[in-house]
Amino acid sequence: MPTPTDRRYLETHEWHQPQGDTVTIGITQFAADELTDITFVQLPKVGTKLSAHKAFGEIESVKATSDLYSGVSGEVVAVNDKLNAEPGLVNRDPYAGGWMIKIKVTDPAEVNKLLSTEDYLKKTGH
Amino acid sequence: MLKRTPFYDFHVSAGARMVDFAGWEMPIVYRGIIDEHEQTRRSGSIFDVSHMGRLHFSGKETIPFLNKVLTRNVADQKVGQSRYSLVCNENGGVLDDIIVSRDAKNWIMVVNASNREKLVKYFGDVRRNTGLDFDMSDQTDGTAMIAIQGPKVIDRLSSVFPTDLKALKRYHFVSDSFMLMVKYTVFRSGYTGEDGVELIIPAKMASMAIKMLAGKSDKPDATIKPAGLGCRDTLRMEAGMPLYGHELGETLDPLSAGLAWAVDLTKEFIGVQKLREIQKTGPARKLVGLELEGKRIARQGTPIQLDGKVVGEVTSGTFSPTLQKSIAMAFVDANHAAEGTQLAGDLKGTMNPAKIVKLPFYKRN
Repeated sequence: MPTPTDRRYLETHEWHQPQGDTVTIGITQFAADELTDITFVQLPKVGTKLSAHKAFGEIESVKATSDLYSGVSGEVVAVNDKLNAEPGLVNRDPYAGGWMIKIKVTDPAEVNKLLSTEDYLKKTGH
Repeated sequence: MLKRTPFYDFHVSAGARMVDFAGWEMPIVYRGIIDEHEQTRRSGSIFDVSHMGRLHFSGKETIPFLNKVLTRNVADQKVGQSRYSLVCNENGGVLDDIIVSRDAKNWIMVVNASNREKLVKYFGDVRRNTGLDFDMSDQTDGTAMIAIQGPKVIDRLSSVFPTDLKALKRYHFVSDSFMLMVKYTVFRSGYTGEDGVELIIPAKMASMAIKMLAGKSDKPDATIKPAGLGCRDTLRMEAGMPLYGHELGETLDPLSAGLAWAVDLTKEFIGVQKLREIQKTGPARKLVGLELEGKRIARQGTPIQLDGKVVGEVTSGTFSPTLQKSIAMAFVDANHAAEGTQLAGDLKGTMNPAKIVKLPFYKRN
């Protein structure tokens, strides 16, 4: 699946899709493939305040456990509860059904400082 | 430069993701670790294990040599028999866990890929120090090895092999040939907790053999499909089998690791004095199985606590596809190692309840 061009990225493979003052976060297909079968996604509760470049959760696969990072600061306004019962959604549909959290951002310009699709692909070498 | 097994082209054409494993470019996964795990438990899988070392021993003092370096007695081992055993250092630490098989003309030892060079050197040192008269040759490069594992494997392969596989007992093997041309050695053993075989063939016959054994494996309902090292690890964990570098290592002894059945303290071998001492006092730590509440996984190195005190450490952990539970193996202080003991895994500061359960986690019917 091609990496969407309507989002910004972190080198740690999280995508950020801005929509007004809200940013939706998930992980890229590349990251999901690298992790292999995802068995558990630990996400924060709605209302949690997040700081940019700090871990907001963890993702586990049969192979490894990794931290999840947000590239923006703000408050969690929605969490994808479907991932509790169906963590495999992140493997199957990482850019849509496998989204993780929505953040109401403190500074709407912050997301533009993250990597463009092209820079993400270049930096991560795939 | 990574080494490639004779099956490299097959892996790539079958869509495998290749990774560096002990200096070898090996398939970690083809379709999905859980898919391949379930295929093995339900039907059958074929694993490339050519990276494992294959050493041959012959000569008049082979038996005294093997008895000096192995924890089990080989003197009463018959032609056609295989035995799991350990190689220990003077401190009783484990240099490797191996399977030694007695063939008509020589002995075959299958060793871990990561320990092969170390063992070849070590066995050479032992030969120099003892003056024992035997020959050792490393046959790894000239041969290929595959494991075919799963409940339907023996039936399915019975039509392919001239050998009567159904009559072959567990931990026995036969050296035979296809049409008197292609020599092979087939063992009734494995590392998945399922029935199955392991097969050694000449490296140049590898592509022919894989066509024969996994020819239609890309069909969705194939009895036997390729499986990677990822599910080999989850399968062996469910089966409670140790992996070198996790449950075994040079500072870990086999008695603590629950492998007393593979250690014969009545014979003399390198490390036996130390192991007799451990046996007398009892091991300070014991390898146990843990079932964790919830879906979090306790990976290698996770501290295990009891009432806020560290009493152990995880050696391997995963989410068991068969049991649908988070499972782990851990070394725990012997006085807290009883079945049913409630402990906790320290998952980055979050205490996750973990109960000691009997190993293995999974046993086939």
